[in-house]
Amino acid sequence: MKVLKGIGYALALPVILVLIWWASTLGETNFFVPTPGVLAEKFAETWFGERILSDVLPSIGRLIVGVVSAIIIGIVAGLLIGSFKWLRDLTEPVLEFFRAIPPPVLVPVLMLLMGITDGMKVVVIISGCVWPVLLNTIEGVRAIDGVLSDSAHTYGIGGWARVKYLVLPSAGPQIMAGVRQCLSIGLILMVISEMFASSSGLGFTIVQFQRSFAIPEMWSGIVVLGLIGVAMSFIFQFTERRILRWYHGLREVENAA
Amino acid sequence: MQPDTTPAPAGKTLPANEAMLSVRGMKKVYKTDGGDIEAVRNLTFDLRAGELACLVGPSGSGKTTLLKCIAGLMAPTEGEVLLNGTKVVGPPKKMAVVFQEYGRSLFPWMRVRENVELPLKNQGVPKAERDRLVDDALEAVGLAHVPQSYPWQLSGGMQQRVAIARAVAYQPEVLLMDEPFAAVDAQTRADLEDLIRTVWKKLGVTVLFVTHDIDESVYLGQRVIILSSSPTVIQEDLDIDLPDERDQLNTRALPRFTELRHHVYEQIQLAKAGHRPAAATQA
Ligand SMILES: Nc1ncnc2c1ncn2[C@@H]1O[C@H](COP(=O)(O)OP(=O)(O)OP(=O)(O)O)[C@@H](O)[C@H]1O
Ligand SMILES: [Mg+2]
Repeated sequence: MKVLKGIGYALALPVILVLIWWASTLGETNFFVPTPGVLAEKFAETWFGERILSDVLPSIGRLIVGVVSAIIIGIVAGLLIGSFKWLRDLTEPVLEFFRAIPPPVLVPVLMLLMGITDGMKVVVIISGCVWPVLLNTIEGVRAIDGVLSDSAHTYGIGGWARVKYLVLPSAGPQIMAGVRQCLSIGLILMVISEMFASSSGLGFTIVQFQRSFAIPEMWSGIVVLGLIGVAMSFIFQFTERRILRWYHGLREVENAA
Repeated sequence: MQPDTTPAPAGKTLPANEAMLSVRGMKKVYKTDGGDIEAVRNLTFDLRAGELACLVGPSGSGKTTLLKCIAGLMAPTEGEVLLNGTKVVGPPKKMAVVFQEYGRSLFPWMRVRENVELPLKNQGVPKAERDRLVDDALEAVGLAHVPQSYPWQLSGGMQQRVAIARAVAYQPEVLLMDEPFAAVDAQTRADLEDLIRTVWKKLGVTVLFVTHDIDESVYLGQRVIILSSSPTVIQEDLDIDLPDERDQLNTRALPRFTELRHHVYEQIQLAKAGHRPAAATQA
């Protein structure tokens, strides 16, 4: 019952929006504005064929590889930089510099260096996604409670055990906030990395449709992107609830007090 | 800075081979942006193995500072701390600390049981023995019924009892406690005082117990070390010559108990009024 209610709430607004869209495009003749019926038809036609294998899945694959690498690199580097002051002093100016570079401008450069390869696209995604994870991890590591740290220290919890039992969980809420930003940046960069001089992928296909005035197909591609975004957000929320159950509970108790 | 030539009004010291814990000429100055803060000027005392000593002193007199230096969490500015004759430079094995800030000393992402178990697990104690130690410790502090709760689901007093259980389960040789009962109601407090004495006797652990509560210091300790107000020296190092078997009702009703607490009370009042022990004032 509770589950049904939840699903009802989640679907109510999308259904209403589609109805409004349907009603307002009744008798619409503008070529650039698709009706729900046409779009649904084109959607199935366009994407439930070999495009899934040739464009959608490779794009999603690159997105996953890029985002996961960015998360791992961000957390590992963040743990190191956050733990050692000298490393922080050493890397801070350089990090600020690289962070300031908008990743899309890297696409042509990387294309020259690496060619139009999967590797290049993944590197573009990583170069944009790593920052929120990295910076949040550094902050999270630095914000570890002194008393908690002393407790761990007196009980001889050091080295890897300290990372596992103290540092990672303590920085967890911050890290997850970084991961959330990383996911949305990842989707944007996935599209951008395929827009220049590519010959396959979601971003490429959408641009292609646009250039050939296949407007309903273009719209259906945008719907695919939206759906990927929703799926990522669901997976994220599910995982986050699990990993940070303690944190949400703690917050609830604190807010109630 | 002018040189400090005042002789240290020392606490009781022992021959080197009899002392478990030695604090020698300890001074701690915090360097802050707002200037130097001298938290502790000069402390010297020894604890015998298996001794239970209480430390009282006005707020801000550097009790927590002293404990952190003993625990190897900070280096003293001058002087040294010796454990079994070895200089303490980092947290020693076999030493447990119960911190004043109970709310911040437990891992909020672990359940009560996991919190108590973690130090043992980290030391590689086998599972069966670990379970037994954790069960016993939780039972002893009266928390056997909440092992699966998270610390933040418990009251302040219960959280502090979890921290005590964690220290007890660890089976330390030296146990440092920083005002552990400040957040506990009177009845629980009495129970926990007796628990500390029981554990102390059973494990033969050396205990340094910091408290604000004069009655508590006299009831618990074999000895009460009274600190002066800042800049801190030892105001008095007092033996508590009460019978070894202590009992909340009878011990507290003894005339000697009243005398002792009267004495400690006076000393603390003097300390608060800025009176320095004789040795510290003669220059
Ligand atoms: N990290 C620090 N940096 C600077 N000054 C500090 C620091 N910790 C403590 N102090 C100062 O040192 C003095 C002693 O502090 P400490 O916490 O040791 O006192 P205390 O006896 O434990 O007090 P209380 O009974 O209130 O817990 C105080 O003046 C305090 O302001
Ligand atoms: Mg204190």
